[in-house]
Amino acid sequence: MTSSAPFAAARAPRANPFQLIGRTVLAALREIGRIAVFWGRVLLACVTPTIYVREFLRQCLKIGFYSMPVVGLTAVFIGAALALNIYTGGSRFNAEQFVPNIVVLGISRELGPTLAGLMLAGRVSAGIAAEIGAMRVTEQIDALLTLSTKPERYLYAPRVLAAIITLPILVVVTDIIGVMGGYLVSVGSLNFNGDTYLRNTWQFVTNNDIVSGLIKAAVFGAIIALMGCYQGDRSKGGAGGVGRAATLAVVGAAVLILASNYVMTSIFVRIGL
Amino acid sequence: MSADTTSGPRFGETPILELKNVHKAFGPKQVLCGVDLSVRAGQSLVIIGGSGTGKSVTIKCALGLLRPDKGEVFFDGLPATTRKAMDALRRRTGMLFQGGALFDSLSVWENVSFALLHRDGVGRGEAKKRAIEALAKVRLGPSTADLRTAELSGGMQKRVALARAIIAKPDLIFFDEPTTGLDPITADAVNDLIVAQVKALGAAAVTITHDMASVRKIADEVAMLHEGRIIWRGPAADIDQSGSDYIDQFVHGRAEGPIQPAL
Ligand SMILES: Nc1ncnc2c1ncn2[C@@H]1O[C@H](COP(=O)(O)OP(=O)(O)OP(=O)(O)O)[C@@H](O)[C@H]1O
Ligand SMILES: [Mg+2]
Repeated sequence: MTSSAPFAAARAPRANPFQLIGRTVLAALREIGRIAVFWGRVLLACVTPTIYVREFLRQCLKIGFYSMPVVGLTAVFIGAALALNIYTGGSRFNAEQFVPNIVVLGISRELGPTLAGLMLAGRVSAGIAAEIGAMRVTEQIDALLTLSTKPERYLYAPRVLAAIITLPILVVVTDIIGVMGGYLVSVGSLNFNGDTYLRNTWQFVTNNDIVSGLIKAAVFGAIIALMGCYQGDRSKGGAGGVGRAATLAVVGAAVLILASNYVMTSIFVRIGL
Repeated sequence: MSADTTSGPRFGETPILELKNVHKAFGPKQVLCGVDLSVRAGQSLVIIGGSGTGKSVTIKCALGLLRPDKGEVFFDGLPATTRKAMDALRRRTGMLFQGGALFDSLSVWENVSFALLHRDGVGRGEAKKRAIEALAKVRLGPSTADLRTAELSGGMQKRVALARAIIAKPDLIFFDEPTTGLDPITADAVNDLIVAQVKALGAAAVTITHDMASVRKIADEVAMLHEGRIIWRGPAADIDQSGSDYIDQFVHGRAEGPIQPAL
């Protein structure tokens, strides 16, 4: 199918538009199928023995701990900007006092998980894709197979598990720092009382706000690591191929994060979480 | 195609590895078109052939790292088509990759003892001890054990990869150009090591090499790959009187002759 395509095009210079559409759709379906099979295999390896604990811990450090500065910085600036916006917007109908409530709601339900997810799509997905891609083109993955070790167990599952577990932790950090960002601006330049601000925040936020954000974070973690592993695993053709894998991983992960965020939000709204 | 594909019962009866009519193409490029190859326990087979003729592809097909378009691979008389059969093949096989393929996230000793640590469940202390022993066989000192692979020279990487291929005492070993990039003394030591693996442990070895000194030293039999087929196979002693122009040209390293680069 794929190899005969260029010849078919050469025989009929003006390609039939239906053929073109059909080919594109088929290629897209094939790609979705491949992703689904790959993800299924890796997720199965995540929940069945053997788990490589050493690799898992190393990935937790790499994916989770070293991402703290990135998400921390993102959170503090977003929290601060959010507070300013809500203040000016709220003042149009005398609702300035709701700044703490809306900041914590926006951060815990939406901005915390989504922004942490997107930042890590850049940092972690690209990193995983490049690392796995380099292993693929230097035959390290083949070597792993000849040593009777499955790459989905030794390489992919530890990364996916680490991302699923550390992303919610990172989002808790994001939530706290984001609220602090709002607090700093509100107290420092909007004349809020610090104690009142924190009390309002604390009384307003519910368990559901936090939990729904953490569920999103775990899903985003899975997407980030799976996308990085998938693109890395498929890469071929030297340094250029590895670079392309990293780009595709970031783009794919970011799009899937935003799409799944919408789907999850609408489910949470429906079930009242 | 010279006759000698079934060279007497000096070695084990059924071949430990057999490739039958293996075809492999990459896109429009036909690399292998009907490779037949067999090797018995205790036998050392050397594959020679021009650069880019598909020697590495042949052994990757044997190991299931590439899927042949057509043809079959038999291990111990059974077709290695199912996942389970392929697992069994790989568990009893060692492979030295042409480029080394060392894991750059691990230290040298963790690379060498990878199969012991992750497949055979050997403890880290014991695994390190055995890794250092294996490194000594390829003339690398214990101080290399804790280095990162990126800190090694090309020849050292090759030898670490060689140690990794033999540490678990496999029954079948593939060496893809084991002596390229090594000085003559180390190369000779590596040749001795391959002979020892075959003679002392009764393993079967399939070696790809361009080094005729190496061929004379380690080969029981030589097979020549040309244009996707084995065009000659015979005892190593016969390569000087093979009667094949192809072998003659290869052995004497002449640019003139029947083998011409595909342009
Ligand atoms: N993954 C691949 N994709 C596309 N083509 C490939 C691939 N692997 C090998 N080839 C092609 O197959 C041919 C044989 O390659 P192979 O690596 O087996 O050569 P070789 O006989 O080992 O050569 P050398 O002695 O230089 O190592 C080459 O022409 C190469 O271009
Ligand atoms: Mg080769």
